[in-house]
Amino acid sequence: MTKLFTPLLIVTAALFAYAPFAIQNAPYESTMGLVQKIFYFHVPAWIAMFLAAMVCGIAGAIVIFAGRKDADRVAQAAAELAVVFGLMGLITGPLWGRKAWGVWWQWDARLTSALVMWLVFVAYLLLRKYGGAGSEKLSAVLALFGMANVPFVYWSVNVWRTVHPKTSVVMTLEPSMGIPFLLCSLAFVGLFAVLLAARVRLETVRGSVDELYLSLED
Amino acid sequence: MSPERRPSFVATVWLVTRKDLLIEFRSREVVYTTLFFAVACVLVFAFGFVREGIAVDDAAAGILWIAIAFSGTLALGRTFERERQNDTLRALMLAPVDRPALYVGKLVGVLLLLAAVEVIVTPLVALMFVAPLFAHPLLMGLLLATGTIGFAAVGTLFAAMLVRARSRDVLLPILLYPITIPVIIAGVRGTAALLQPQADLPIARMWLSMLVFFDIVFITLALWTFEPAMTE
Repeated sequence: MTKLFTPLLIVTAALFAYAPFAIQNAPYESTMGLVQKIFYFHVPAWIAMFLAAMVCGIAGAIVIFAGRKDADRVAQAAAELAVVFGLMGLITGPLWGRKAWGVWWQWDARLTSALVMWLVFVAYLLLRKYGGAGSEKLSAVLALFGMANVPFVYWSVNVWRTVHPKTSVVMTLEPSMGIPFLLCSLAFVGLFAVLLAARVRLETVRGSVDELYLSLED
Repeated sequence: MSPERRPSFVATVWLVTRKDLLIEFRSREVVYTTLFFAVACVLVFAFGFVREGIAVDDAAAGILWIAIAFSGTLALGRTFERERQNDTLRALMLAPVDRPALYVGKLVGVLLLLAAVEVIVTPLVALMFVAPLFAHPLLMGLLLATGTIGFAAVGTLFAAMLVRARSRDVLLPILLYPITIPVIIAGVRGTAALLQPQADLPIARMWLSMLVFFDIVFITLALWTFEPAMTE
């Protein structure tokens, strides 16, 4: 992981540096015009958020059933990133929605389930911060329940009509739009991986410092 | 009881539930406070949602479920606070019985408590909001039962795990509400479908089946995670 870290960091930085130009050069979408360009960051932010959520849920399951400390560090780092990327998605979404729908927010299936998912991870972080000792396992259970909850929230809100654009549209994009989109998605996934690795390393180092400190006291 | 003979799952559930009910019956602290809290909730919302003597559309359904969710959180917190005071939850966990049976026992206790609250609050909402909550007693009862089970199933697990945590009082609703949002949506929408001038039975049944599905998934998950999550 440490070997890969620097090249990954460089690639991600390069992708982010190039992204504005790629987005600038991409053609305007015929009905939405300029405002549609926010999708190049909005969708990748949610991709990274759901990646983080999945990593957190799986790491949580490992914590519960195998009791591994390193999985707990991954889960915590992933939860923090889920909140950060989710916040990006929640900010960029309404900016587009105000233009396209005329309102900042809709109680639409996708919006509501994303918001609930985000709230679960905020709750996760609150629990980690204020729950004190022993909250690792409860937070792992929370991550697991949060994952299981997604289809229920989605289904229950979907009974009201959904207005969010379908994600299947991504597959049908023209290359002139598809390539910038792919670049941005890679940039966000790369950013997620870089931040996750850095954050896990920080926790690991912090853990070993704590251990050293304790052994010194004995 | 000889040391090698463990009580069966059902016997353990009954023992835990009976213990909780016995303690509750002696003081009646949780049931009285929770009930009064639920009634106060309904009154507070009544001031917000009744205009010129007429309730806002679907207000009754929403208020009923909010009162259940709020008082349920209170009841869960109080029930497990009792287990914390003398570290009796640890004693329960040390008992040589099935751990999931302890969870089910606590869950049944909470459910009975909430059932007592609902028996009072539902007619109260029906009365104050002129809502025909008893027009379809079977469907309404099933919605209440499955909704309460779903809410309490997640709540019992979280409250049990929070016993050892700091700031548990405020963390319980923070963790519980995002996870139980589907229960609240299904409960409110299902009840609202029943309260329409022409009750929409297929819609109510659809929400009911969603609640049943939620209950199955989350009780299974809770039984599965209770033991590894509660062992230190």
